[in-house]
Amino acid sequence: MEIENTALAGTLESSDIQIMISKGDGKITIELESDVKKEFGDEIESVIKQTLAASNIESAKVKAVDKGALNCVIRARTLTAANRALGIADKPSWEVL
Amino acid sequence: MVFYLDNNVKRSLPDDLMNKLGYQPYKSTQIENKEVSRATHKVAISTGDNKVSNSIKEIVANNVKDGMTISFHHHFREGDFVFNLVMQEIMDQGIKDLTLAPSSLTNVMNNMVVKAIKAGTVTNITSSGMRGSLGDAVSHGALANPVIFRSHGNRARAIEQGDIKIDVAFLGVPNSDRLGNANGMDGKAVFGSLGYALMDAQYANKVVLLTDNLVPYPNTPASINQTQVDYVVQIDKVGDPEKIGSGATRFTKDPKELKIAAMVNEVITHSPYFKDGFSFQTGSGGAALAVTRYLRESMKNSNIRASFALGGITKPTIDLLEEGLVDKVMDVQDFDKGAAESMHTSRNQQEIDASWYADPYNKGAMVDQLDVVILSALEIDTKFNVNVMTGSDGVIRGAIGGHQDAATGKLTIISAPLVRGRIATIVPEVTTVVTPGDSIDVLVTEVGIAINPKRADLIEAMKKVPGVPVFTIADLQKRASEIVGTPKPIEYTDRTVALVEYRDGTIIDSIKQVKD
Repeated sequence: MEIENTALAGTLESSDIQIMISKGDGKITIELESDVKKEFGDEIESVIKQTLAASNIESAKVKAVDKGALNCVIRARTLTAANRALGIADKPSWEVL
Repeated sequence: MVFYLDNNVKRSLPDDLMNKLGYQPYKSTQIENKEVSRATHKVAISTGDNKVSNSIKEIVANNVKDGMTISFHHHFREGDFVFNLVMQEIMDQGIKDLTLAPSSLTNVMNNMVVKAIKAGTVTNITSSGMRGSLGDAVSHGALANPVIFRSHGNRARAIEQGDIKIDVAFLGVPNSDRLGNANGMDGKAVFGSLGYALMDAQYANKVVLLTDNLVPYPNTPASINQTQVDYVVQIDKVGDPEKIGSGATRFTKDPKELKIAAMVNEVITHSPYFKDGFSFQTGSGGAALAVTRYLRESMKNSNIRASFALGGITKPTIDLLEEGLVDKVMDVQDFDKGAAESMHTSRNQQEIDASWYADPYNKGAMVDQLDVVILSALEIDTKFNVNVMTGSDGVIRGAIGGHQDAATGKLTIISAPLVRGRIATIVPEVTTVVTPGDSIDVLVTEVGIAINPKRADLIEAMKKVPGVPVFTIADLQKRASEIVGTPKPIEYTDRTVALVEYRDGTIIDSIKQVKD
């Protein structure tokens, strides 16, 4: 799936993560800001990548501002941001969920 | 090649540094019965006239020399003006190689200490703790020599034993007369008990009081008195009253904290210690204050009074005193205005010094008489060891305070959530051992409690308490880890940036420089 629009999901409240997805240049690039980057940075990036891969997104720029979100939250925010960016938020691909 | 030796909480300690500084590894929470000697200090004899000065510059120039140990107290907390004023003067005069030995370091002092380290003004530090930019700088290796962390009781011991020999103590006070009779209760920037500063006043070679409120002689009640003081320096403002304590204490509305507090109260009231004449220490922080509120109800309902409340005092504790639910408040420090102000009016609120509070090497400290104590934790591990010093990233961001000391109470409860954000509070092994698991009895979380297996009596007593599920601490650790996942281990260099003393002066853990 090709991302054309920039879209945002999530807040900057503690235990949330804000994901901004925009048009990529052929691969997934992630810019991550997190207080727990040392401890969980790799895991957060891998959850984002897995979630995008499940939606068949191979090219995207992701900016993630993490406030200590758990994996389930990261997955949900990434998926929502992706669906918004793809313009399918009102008819998501359910099999991915 | 660095050699390590293990202590009794299975922490590897840097052998070379331990030998160089003459340290023994931590062995036990039991304090050996033995005779000890007290350190002496110099007294510059005076009739007491001509102590008053308006020039901190002159006082520093005449008294502070390269290589000395200087001290401060932290009773003004985030409202402190004295520390930065004196340290700037010391730096301006180009004095080097000082040991900084305050009772603790608050955030308002951070930048000045970092500056003083960079300038070579300060080359050694001993403190209860440090946070923010200072903790970060030290954890990244800013200081060549390791910081020595000591609890409040241990600092008193170290001063009395001569492990800390204070050359000059700079003590800010909200009032003093021209000879140095002073207390923490009257004036603008009042903080109540002078508990920690009383050690410095008693044992430093030179005692310099700084005040913005010179009052007629003789000033009473005098906590620090004229026999101890060399100079009284008048300055514009000793502190910002708004930032000394949290103003009005607000109770937490956080349902998780309230649930923990209610469960802590259940544990206390179902323990064998909850009977007329019991004693307790609750400390500050949201959950601790809420415990005080629940405990108040339980005490009223069961018609039980406490003989004393101890430690850092807050207004909710003073309310219990005024209601007659607590007979005495033994007060080493006040966390809010209400507690500071009531010291004025209540003769049942006794100011105590750090030695009386918690020093293991005297003829009896208050903590040894303590029944119930509620403490917090950054981390607690499956052996009940507690960390209140370093974050999950290995960076220094806390203080021992009275943690190790109060934990010797008969029922020591750690109140802590399973996780904070994505950080587990209950871990397989704490980042830094500050308080040994041997002195911890019960952990209370929002999902239930875990009891130290050594306390078979408490396991029996808590068997059938409604609403208080009992788990093993390993169960709770597993639960926390299922929520947050497994963090990557912290990467350190070989260099030791701090040593953590146990309250008897042995070393319980070391803190390494973090790799970045």
